[in-house]
Amino acid sequence: MTQHTNGVLELVHVERTFKVGRRFVRVLDDISFSIGKGDILCLVGESGCGKTTTGKIVAGLLPPTGGEIRFLGQNVWEMNKEEFRHYRRAVQIIHQDPYSSLNPTQRVSTILTAPLLRHGIARNHKEAKEKALELLRIVDLTPPEDFYNKYPHQLSGGQRQRVSVARALTVNPEFLVADEAVSMLDVSIRVSLLQMLERLRNQMGVAYLFITHDLAVAKYFAWEGRIAVMYLGRIVEIGPTPQIINNPRHPYTKALLSAIPEADPKATRSKERVHLRSLDVPSLLNVPSGCSFHPRCPLYEAGLCDATVPQLVDVGDGVQVACHVVAREQGVA
Amino acid sequence: MKSATENVPSDGQFTLKVEDLWVTYLAERGKVKAVRGVSFTLRPGETLAFIGESGCGKTTLGLSLIRLLPSTAEVEKGHILYRRDTEVMDVLQMNDRELRQFRWKECAMIFQGAQNAFNPVLRIWAQVLDTARSHGVTNKKEIRQRMEDLFRLVQLEPERVLRAYPHQLSGGMRQRVLIALGLLLKPPLVILDEPTTALDILTQRSVIDVLRDIKEKMDFSLILISHDLSLAAELADRVATMYAGKLVEVANVWDTYYHPLHPYTVGLIHAVPTLAGEREELISIPGSPPDLIDPPKGCAFHPRCPYATEKCRTEEPPLIPVAQDHEVACWHWQQVQEDGGQRMMVYSEAKAG
Repeated sequence: MTQHTNGVLELVHVERTFKVGRRFVRVLDDISFSIGKGDILCLVGESGCGKTTTGKIVAGLLPPTGGEIRFLGQNVWEMNKEEFRHYRRAVQIIHQDPYSSLNPTQRVSTILTAPLLRHGIARNHKEAKEKALELLRIVDLTPPEDFYNKYPHQLSGGQRQRVSVARALTVNPEFLVADEAVSMLDVSIRVSLLQMLERLRNQMGVAYLFITHDLAVAKYFAWEGRIAVMYLGRIVEIGPTPQIINNPRHPYTKALLSAIPEADPKATRSKERVHLRSLDVPSLLNVPSGCSFHPRCPLYEAGLCDATVPQLVDVGDGVQVACHVVAREQGVA
Repeated sequence: MKSATENVPSDGQFTLKVEDLWVTYLAERGKVKAVRGVSFTLRPGETLAFIGESGCGKTTLGLSLIRLLPSTAEVEKGHILYRRDTEVMDVLQMNDRELRQFRWKECAMIFQGAQNAFNPVLRIWAQVLDTARSHGVTNKKEIRQRMEDLFRLVQLEPERVLRAYPHQLSGGMRQRVLIALGLLLKPPLVILDEPTTALDILTQRSVIDVLRDIKEKMDFSLILISHDLSLAAELADRVATMYAGKLVEVANVWDTYYHPLHPYTVGLIHAVPTLAGEREELISIPGSPPDLIDPPKGCAFHPRCPYATEKCRTEEPPLIPVAQDHEVACWHWQQVQEDGGQRMMVYSEAKAG
């Protein structure tokens, strides 16, 4: 196996199309990023921008229709059975809805011991039980004996999501894809779950692809990592979280940040707004030419933005932006 | 900026006055006490936001205000006094005819997710007409005129939208159609339940801006029910915090966010991340909300509260005024005021380990 230095997991020019009727819809277009050990990459964007599809591709649940996904330098979809098994174990996914992602007919004990036994991590039931109790303790479901024999319906939303995390941890993953994993939880519970995920990173070196529509949550969770902003299947801006949040460059990122209401009456009522030229999100069946944001963009320049697709370019501070106008102003066009 | 209460008379005038309201649901295990003795006053022209987590009773409270509770629910006692000009009526005592008049003409409610409740095979115009006619407005021209004005107010093109079928409009547009439809009969009272939940960021912003705009241009009182603290921060004059079926704190928006006096409000405010500036430390409230079939004795929050004493475990704190426009239901609010809620934060950190 060829060992890559920078990324444990890499997406290289990934494209994904779906067939809708007789037409093809391109949901992802030229997505590239790499995530190393213990890294956090946060995908943000509005519904339909391709965040979840990206998550599924990273977790190996969906093959890309163009480009490559590489794990430890190797194309995932060209791996042999044994290598693919290793990859699938190393990358686990936590779904959005803790009410539908756990089998309602299985007790927590089965949910956790089945993968342990299946993958030979525990040799017998006694060992599997010990390991499962340990995992419940790791996700703060204490005392673990109280939860071990419960069914999902006997648990609250926050507790179920913890069981989902524990299940993902059974196979010692290096990498977790968390798709809106805290969005359905109440605020008081959300923070403790985020803190638990953070602890897993600090103690076990778990890396995250964290998918959310909530930029404030992204800021909190990925402060030491990076944020990638997606729009209509493309990454429009990517960089270190403090840069993206406090010094956004792409007009779409600016518009998003300025539109978000904050739980602080003074700040939120005096916030400066970026006004878009149109409120309508274009359909993926009919993506605008050139930069797909151009019909709504306040910086729009005819003949430039509607003609060529802007590529991600470095604009300093580790930030990359896909915008003709920003690139020109930074002198990197 | 206008101060929160400047435009609101505080001489005891009210649009709505709820007194000691109790609502229960019948469940297999017993009675779920969803609303437990709620009292509040809605002043003419103000926006009052009810915040709290799922299961705290805020939607039940909203539904009971227009008597739309499901059949398993029962209003055990209480009064809901509605006032128009000099007349005061108890919503709970209205007969069917009065209730029909009250709904939509006096009070419009827009439910959570109701943007999906349009009839898919009728154009918007037909649905507007239906609504207006069933409430006694029959002049087509008049309805058309009023609807066009309202659509412009909520930033929709009247021509295009009235002719459209629901599926041709986006979620945010449908939500704005609903808001306009709610205002068609100029009700003095509007109730919005989670008006922006499930909308995308930019769409949510347009709905918020529209709400603020119509609130300034038209004269009505607004009850806003939301789990989203930032929505209340944007729009509310006063905020009522609910926990386990009770109001634990009612205060003007500034006090609620900057000087909360109930430990639960302190926890809630500090659990929400903000966008501007550096990353701040957040706190999580240890434990989980109580079972409303058998809520804890005394103050329902005591099992999760670092300020709790013996008294909290046995005696229920009443909601009492502690300052101008600020009521709180906590035996130890003075301590919270003294330490600025510090104990709540240290406690949650210790619990989170």
